[in-house]
Amino acid sequence: MELLVFVLASAMVIAGAGGVILSRNPVHAALGLVLTLFGVAVHFVALEAHFLAAVQVIVYAGAIVVLFLFVIMLLGVDRAENIEVEPLKVQRPLAIVIGVGTIGIVAAAVLRVRSTLAQGEPLQSDGDSNIRQLAADLFSDRVFAFELTSVLLIVAVAGTVVMTRRQRASREDDRS
Amino acid sequence: MIADVVPTTTWYLLLSAVLFGIGAMGVLVRRNPLVIFMCIELMLNAVNLSFVALAVRFGDISGQTAVFFVLVVAAAEVVVGLGILVSILRSRPGATADDLAELKG
Repeated sequence: MELLVFVLASAMVIAGAGGVILSRNPVHAALGLVLTLFGVAVHFVALEAHFLAAVQVIVYAGAIVVLFLFVIMLLGVDRAENIEVEPLKVQRPLAIVIGVGTIGIVAAAVLRVRSTLAQGEPLQSDGDSNIRQLAADLFSDRVFAFELTSVLLIVAVAGTVVMTRRQRASREDDRS
Repeated sequence: MIADVVPTTTWYLLLSAVLFGIGAMGVLVRRNPLVIFMCIELMLNAVNLSFVALAVRFGDISGQTAVFFVLVVAAAEVVVGLGILVSILRSRPGATADDLAELKG
């Protein structure tokens, strides 16, 4: 049963990732991204990280991908990209070599430490103990970093508003 | 029997390596800046998956807390990146990553 879940979710993840990098239309790439994110959420459920699975679906698939689609629609860049034209001849083979090399190096490292990887006490996973453990860790040891994320989010939102509104403000200055 | 095989941490780490490699390939190959952002999300998700797999393996909840922070940073990064992209594409419609060699708007 676990094997079946793993294989199906991994197929979702790989197929979605392939869709992101191979589809010509940005909207199709965004839908492939949704497929990948749901596959990763299924993996989180299988690993009994229930809170992160919920956050993955809500924040990633719910907010970030919708933001992507919104920008695609807003800018009208949903034209298909012409994949045949290639300004740099060596770019694509070099990218494949680097990608496959990265996969190979990381996979070799993982397989090397397979037998010596430390095995800790299993985390409690009954009921809401996952979210309780996460909250206890987040609000005791990492509370300073947690407060800093609020600063980060405020700065990001304020910066984006200033950045995207500047043009209209300068145009009004010209008129007056 | 094959049905009794339980996926181990190594399987999750290998899947995460493959996902990261696909994302890296996409960043290097694609020229649409929006799709490059999506490929960065793929790479972040690969790292999240390995964080959770190792948190379960080591019995340490800190790995899952790290994923929480990665999610926050990813959201902020997408907001800022798409803001930059909107202001660039407004002045230069249809710009690809090759056209954005200079940051001057």
